[in-house]
Amino acid sequence: MSNPRLVLIGNGMAGVRTIEELLKIAPDHYEITIFGAEPHPNYNRILLSPVLAGEMTVPEIVLNELDWYARNGITLHTGKQVVAIDRVRRKVIADDGSEASYDRLLIATGSTPFMLPIPGNDLPGVIGYRDIKDTDEMIATAKVHKHAVVIGGGLLGLEAANGLKLRGMDVTVVHIGPWLLERQLDETAGRMLQRSLEDKGLKFLLQKQTEMLVQGESGRVAAVRFKDGMQIPADLVVMAAGIRPNYALAEKSGIYCNRGIVVNDTMQTYDPKIYAVGECVSHRGIAYGLVAPLFEQAKVAANHLAGYGIGRYTGSVTSTKLKVTGIDLFSAGDFMGGKDTEEIVLNDPHGGVYKKLVIKDNKLVGGVMYGDTADGPWYFQLLKDARDIHDIRDSLIFGQSLVGDVGHAGNSKAAAMADSAEVCGCNGVTKGTIVKAIKEQGLFTLDEVKKHTKAASSCGSCAGLVEQILASTIGGAYTPAASDKKPICGCTEHSHQKVREAIRNEHLTTKEAVFAELGWTTPNGCEKCRPAINYYLISTWPHEARDDPQSRLINERSHANIQKDGTYSVVPRMWGGLTTPAELRAIADVAEKYQVPTVKVTGGQRIDLLGIKKEDLPAVWADLNAAGMVSGHAYGKSIRTVKTCVGAEHCRFGTQLAMDMGVKLEKMLFDMYAPHKVKLAVSGCPRNCAEAGIKDVGVIGVDSGYELYVGGNGGIKTEVAQFLCKVKSDEEVMEYSGAFLELYRQEAWYLERTCHWLERVGLDYVKGRIVEDEDGRRTLYAALLAALKDAKDPWATSREAQPVKQFIPITVAA
Amino acid sequence: MSHWKPICKLDDIPPLGSRIVRPPKGGDIAIFRTSDDKVFALHDKCPHKGGPLSQGLVHGERVTCPLHGWNIGLVDGRAVAPDVGGCDRFEVKVENGEVWLAI
Repeated sequence: MSNPRLVLIGNGMAGVRTIEELLKIAPDHYEITIFGAEPHPNYNRILLSPVLAGEMTVPEIVLNELDWYARNGITLHTGKQVVAIDRVRRKVIADDGSEASYDRLLIATGSTPFMLPIPGNDLPGVIGYRDIKDTDEMIATAKVHKHAVVIGGGLLGLEAANGLKLRGMDVTVVHIGPWLLERQLDETAGRMLQRSLEDKGLKFLLQKQTEMLVQGESGRVAAVRFKDGMQIPADLVVMAAGIRPNYALAEKSGIYCNRGIVVNDTMQTYDPKIYAVGECVSHRGIAYGLVAPLFEQAKVAANHLAGYGIGRYTGSVTSTKLKVTGIDLFSAGDFMGGKDTEEIVLNDPHGGVYKKLVIKDNKLVGGVMYGDTADGPWYFQLLKDARDIHDIRDSLIFGQSLVGDVGHAGNSKAAAMADSAEVCGCNGVTKGTIVKAIKEQGLFTLDEVKKHTKAASSCGSCAGLVEQILASTIGGAYTPAASDKKPICGCTEHSHQKVREAIRNEHLTTKEAVFAELGWTTPNGCEKCRPAINYYLISTWPHEARDDPQSRLINERSHANIQKDGTYSVVPRMWGGLTTPAELRAIADVAEKYQVPTVKVTGGQRIDLLGIKKEDLPAVWADLNAAGMVSGHAYGKSIRTVKTCVGAEHCRFGTQLAMDMGVKLEKMLFDMYAPHKVKLAVSGCPRNCAEAGIKDVGVIGVDSGYELYVGGNGGIKTEVAQFLCKVKSDEEVMEYSGAFLELYRQEAWYLERTCHWLERVGLDYVKGRIVEDEDGRRTLYAALLAALKDAKDPWATSREAQPVKQFIPITVAA
Repeated sequence: MSHWKPICKLDDIPPLGSRIVRPPKGGDIAIFRTSDDKVFALHDKCPHKGGPLSQGLVHGERVTCPLHGWNIGLVDGRAVAPDVGGCDRFEVKVENGEVWLAI
């Protein structure tokens, strides 16, 4: 039997994206035919503005080359407009008479520019701004004519005006509203934008109503006349007064339409065999004109077309970024506010910076930024996550603290960076490389940029900067997913949160059970999801779920750190940073016996033996075990070190026995695995020589007890630990820090450090669970102790177990 | 001219794991076993920066390099797009639970 037939009307971004999503999940399900009215393959419409501005060319913005259609067995009809849908016989008919039958039909006819109903709107030289043809016409006109008038001061109008100005025309923007971009900006930001654009040479006529377009002697448009009698010369008039969903074909075919093709949450029209996506659609009464929501719709429609029936589209919050080089503005959500909202405003007109955040019930619901949009993506993420901002309210307007982010020469504003500036210090990726990849490869998400350019794919400290570059390059197309909905990896749709919940609620204890329960699309996951799932299993069901060594990355499998040349480094544990002459002698013996090339003292008060061959690891462990030493876990997403100062044992300023406290904590936490590495420090007085302020848990002795700090980080993102509470006794230090770490172990997502987790859930939440809820704290503490009760030295256990055989290469005789 | 050499028992390679084979000449060879007991052999050197692929994580018919996370196809030895490059492949077969390698 042949495959069912799918016909797509509209060879644009939303329709073709749906086909791409469909091919990903059900590659051979349909025989696919696509009709496109334009003579081009699918191209990136949002990059028409850079083409008009002369920054890009048409071939550069093509998203799917013709051979993509051929490779996927898709029949493509370009330059053919579908004029009828015969729903009874289930076929579509194009203007050249060609027909195609369907079992499922997808309509993605997009939108058309709204042409003002005024005399002269059909004169030569009057165009909309929608496709390659319009862009070509503007470029051609700019070569031979002088005066351009753009009607409409919205995003599209301003981008057209900017492009025409760069092409050498004298451009006037006519706008009926009181300020520019009134759907995206409040008045203050709108005025600031207007001043900047005027500095670039654009002219503006606001609150002007156009009466008619005047024909010149050549037959072409020659002037624009307004209701107040004023008239200005115009050789070219671009109508950018809005778009209208293009649903005439659907309506004519009897599909229910109401200012768009009406669809339900599965993107299905009133005819169950017909789906619709994109700008032609009316979903819950809203027609979206930005590309990000269309992609979300595409995903849902593809899933239902594939017959999986999972997923609903429930509407989108959109953000806006104007793609005019040198102008930074960003807006999202309900930026105007109302009587039940509050506003935080920062206004520096002289410095050209304006920020407004709109807050409702302690949540960010909207915002406008002008001049400094560095934190736009961060605010947008807070908005989408509906994060309670009560605890960060006093510093919210100043943005996400970028203090301490390293590797990109202190740059925090992407727009101000030169193309040659290094964005990703780990992989040496410049801004220019990233912008080029986004444009030429048609990238829309941070993950795609990471994959193609490697920027932000190592330490990730430049991820915020890369997101900004993405946002300013593709404008409104950029939308981060709510963090708790981001899929773990390409093997699944499910997020870390969803997987954690399923493992707990469904009592899943093996990775196979997780794959089956949650419908993994790969047979055994990948390098991203397997380690995460293994951690979730063993942290949720300790002593019940079995650790799977093949789901651990090499360092945790070989209990040592792999180095660039394939050798390993070995760090024996020194409890609290303390050692003895006998231990030092044993370490020295090992270093000589195995010809260790480098011996180094670490930042965590340990000794690192670097350059050990893998096959020597078991013997090195045996020698160190014999001297009473155990694994230092310097390689794991686990407890690393408890760093201590000498404390009241020796120090004349010491108030508490810091070394003793540190050793007790480290013994309690031995062999504790966690979402990421965990470091502690104990200082004996507030001089804080053990640097407890940048540790996951920092303990500072004071005369009356201890202060506990959490969520510090000294690495990629320098983050000062936050004060959790003050306690009196050593036992309380153990209980509070143990409970805190157990909460982190149970609730954080894999590879989230405590600082990232705290940023996501908020310190108030953690205080509520640890400081205010005494029973809860005790339960967490008991759970930690129970999980670690039989902790064994992994060096000793793996020396005796089977896997060590695998450390030895198989030698083949000649 | 390559010759079939007996290497080890299939069970000497853990499922979703690998072993290093050290031939008399040439660099180390990594042999991999998938979850459905297929066996593949590649030069133990990532095309990116020479990382030992034998130490990587095996999933499906791919291995992820332990150094910088490149994915290499076990079947063809090619880096998975958008990365580009590849490493040498060796013929390998399993007969009666014994793994043979053509070197």
